[in-house]
Amino acid sequence: MSDTWLVVLLVGTFTISFKAAGPILLGGRELPPRLASAFELLAPSVLAALVVTQAFAEDGEIVVDEKLVGVGVAVVAVRLRAPLIAVMVLAAVSTALVRWVL
Amino acid sequence: MAPLAVAAGSFGAAFGVLAQAAGMGVMAPIVMSATTFAGASQFAAASVLDEGGGVVAAVAAAVLLNARYAAISIAVAPAFKGSRLRGLVESQLIVDESWAVAQIGQGRIDRRVLVGAGLVLFPFWVGGTALGVLFGDVLGDPERFGLDAAFPALFLALLATQLVNRRTVLAAVAGGLVAFVLIPVTPPGVPVIAASAVCLVGLTRK
Repeated sequence: MSDTWLVVLLVGTFTISFKAAGPILLGGRELPPRLASAFELLAPSVLAALVVTQAFAEDGEIVVDEKLVGVGVAVVAVRLRAPLIAVMVLAAVSTALVRWVL
Repeated sequence: MAPLAVAAGSFGAAFGVLAQAAGMGVMAPIVMSATTFAGASQFAAASVLDEGGGVVAAVAAAVLLNARYAAISIAVAPAFKGSRLRGLVESQLIVDESWAVAQIGQGRIDRRVLVGAGLVLFPFWVGGTALGVLFGDVLGDPERFGLDAAFPALFLALLATQLVNRRTVLAAVAGGLVAFVLIPVTPPGVPVIAASAVCLVGLTRK
């Protein structure tokens, strides 16, 4: 088997197992209350980390580039309660504009 | 869902272009998009291969990035009642975006929204990959259209809906800070996993 297919096979197997872990091991059972209460914090903490890494991380370094303009525009759009689609489009368009001008 | 689908298709195409450039061939990137279905990890694996990093390094990078799905999967398990086989299949549609749009508060998710969003994203991701592999040279760089800013914007908008009380705001601030501090000192993937550990604080304090 070539290296490429070995990577595809291994990454696929791990990822499928990760995603299936909850439904297979726990099924529809309720989580213990303390654990459920802790998982309420999973969405805000992971989403915040995704914002930060998507905005700043590039190959294991903190990189500041044009997309921060888009993220800034997105912050304003979110504060103005713009719909999701508008937030994404405004971020992309403002970033593309800055790249086009600079 | 439309902007999500367009973004997924574009980044699928970007992955196809990178994978092709990394010497992964035509079928392997498409099969990877259909089986792994987790964008960032696929980019990581392809770029490690591109740099000549070898199988172990490529797999390690991708697995680290995807370890957060184990936590997410356990968190959403209560919504997966009924057949385990169906649960196994539907759980494969868990990606950051489908999980995030399916939130209904108190850490719970709407399974139908998650599955529906995943079913929309999947063909765009796999189809985009195929287009990227086959016609990569013609499509151009998605960064030119600012698409790399669309994803942090998406997660930001979804985060805003999660900030319902002091506890969740603190979790977001802590998660963001932990991730930021760890970016330069840990391999990609670790910052987000470490941020997910922030929720364990909720075990000790109610």
